[in-house]
Amino acid sequence: MNTQTNNSESAVLFDQPGPRGRRMIRIFNSVAAVLIIALVVAVLARLHNPPQGENQLSWELWKPAFDYEAWSDFYLPGLWMTLKAAIVAIIGSIVFGVVFGIGRLVPSRLVRAVSAVIVEFFRAVPELLLMVFFWRWFAFAGVSSPSYWAVVGGLVLYNGSVVAELVRSGVGNLPHGQREAAVALGLSPMQSLMTVEVPQALYAMLPATITQLVVVLKDTALGSIIMYTDLLQESRRLGAMYFNILQTLVVAGVIYFILDWLLSRLAERMPAVMQRRTWGNTVAEPTAPIAIMDATNANQIAAAHEPMPFGGAERRFHDHYHGSNATTDHWQHAHYSHGHDLQHPEVRARNWDEPLRDFARPFQTKPKNPAANGNVSAGNGGNGNAGAGTDHSAGKNPGTE
Amino acid sequence: MNDFLSLFREYNIPAAFWVNIQLTFWAAILSLVLGVILVMMRISPISSLRGFATAYVEFFKNMPLTIIMVFMVLGMFGQLKLSFSDNFDINFFWLAVTGLGLYTASFVCESLRSGINTVPLGQAEACRALGLNFWQSASQVILPQAFRGSVAPMGNTLIALIKNSTVAAAASVTTETSSVMSDMIEFHASQILQIFFIFAFGYVILIIPIGLLTTYLSNRLAVRR
Repeated sequence: MNTQTNNSESAVLFDQPGPRGRRMIRIFNSVAAVLIIALVVAVLARLHNPPQGENQLSWELWKPAFDYEAWSDFYLPGLWMTLKAAIVAIIGSIVFGVVFGIGRLVPSRLVRAVSAVIVEFFRAVPELLLMVFFWRWFAFAGVSSPSYWAVVGGLVLYNGSVVAELVRSGVGNLPHGQREAAVALGLSPMQSLMTVEVPQALYAMLPATITQLVVVLKDTALGSIIMYTDLLQESRRLGAMYFNILQTLVVAGVIYFILDWLLSRLAERMPAVMQRRTWGNTVAEPTAPIAIMDATNANQIAAAHEPMPFGGAERRFHDHYHGSNATTDHWQHAHYSHGHDLQHPEVRARNWDEPLRDFARPFQTKPKNPAANGNVSAGNGGNGNAGAGTDHSAGKNPGTE
Repeated sequence: MNDFLSLFREYNIPAAFWVNIQLTFWAAILSLVLGVILVMMRISPISSLRGFATAYVEFFKNMPLTIIMVFMVLGMFGQLKLSFSDNFDINFFWLAVTGLGLYTASFVCESLRSGINTVPLGQAEACRALGLNFWQSASQVILPQAFRGSVAPMGNTLIALIKNSTVAAAASVTTETSSVMSDMIEFHASQILQIFFIFAFGYVILIIPIGLLTTYLSNRLAVRR
């Protein structure tokens, strides 16, 4: 779906322009280009001649930001510290995320509740607070290099809880049949979860996890606030030496940008590769499941990204049945509120006047005695007899997959 | 228990949260305005505007917020002498708001764009068939539906913004929560856990209602198709 949205979004709102439209576009284009160039010139003029400051464009200031010493003594050691923290945090957060993501899906109520509280808590607390807390704590406890472990700890707890949500939503978005097939083969719910559902969910969530890695790499820069000597901190030191902090920050920013941009491109390419290995939807953006306390982990965006079944035919309901685990409770409410339209003419509401089907004689559907029907429907309406009660639950979702 | 209460007497914790809420509020308004402008540029037929908006969003999406905040103070103020006020506190506050707003605008733009992706192509085709031009169809048909479709990602952006407002510490705003927490722990090391949980639960209390409201609204405002 990504490739489709990328080239369609620009063409959604306007037709192929005619001669007049092309002329207008050319005029607006040149006006906008002039404005953008004017903006750049204004910024450069300000850099060249700031009030009561020195010329920021002079080579005197840029040279120490680029020379060999700057790279060997400042940027590269800083970059190594940044990457060291990021890699350890990535591994830690994937482990944390898989453990607590599965913890939110297991049959045991207690484990589910504990995992849910932990995950929701660490998603709500700002990373910087976690880092400051760990930093002070490790310093008091006498841990060596407290700021390094504080950065790693803060990153693992926050990003791990995001990964946990990705695991959970990955399992929730698998087709229902995966679990049904596993249970039909005689696997227990736990076995089905661990051998069938979670492995597929891991493939489905991998692209979104890589997008999350961009966040990890960006957030290592928070470490400079707690005195971790990462790339940002090193560039500030270099800038303090030569009074060219603006220049050194620009260099550091470019390094961060290139790394993050490469990771983002990787995340964009992943879904197509991973889609071959799973029945779940692989999507690059982790935006869908992040609204806190969202029991269903689905929204309009996720719905819009669904592939079209049956050779591209429009779905009758733009949601699909959100699997067995993530939405066990109130699944019907969730299903409805995602736009499952009970008023749709093709949704056959249960006809309460129809007699209960006798499964001993499955093909007898025509009522024999019209007078008896009234009794049956009255019984159903009042939820009176046991037979009607069981059928009620079975017939509530007509026309679902 | 007495020690615990004395923490509240000694430090004005609600005031620290109030600073963060103010940062969030102004940055949210700035980023909403910028984000709507950016998304209009991104879907417009004019290619130079599309290119500019794409470059802006890619730049801020892949740049750490901390470096932007440090740049606002040390680069913009320190070297280029751009300042909002002669009072240092007020100046750093508005520099932090600007940094947060510029950064968040790219995420607002992405949220709205994913909302636009939920609007079926037929809506735009119908607009064109009715003879509406780009501005009319964008402002009267596409964007209103896109706003409804992007409630959930916008809510996530707002939650992220609240949490990111602590990074104002990097822009020398010393009265906000993470700096206050750091100070408190420094002087009350024995109560480190209590202090952390006071602030952590403050954020949980701020964020959970927004999350619940987002989930409710995104279901409530969803366009049935």
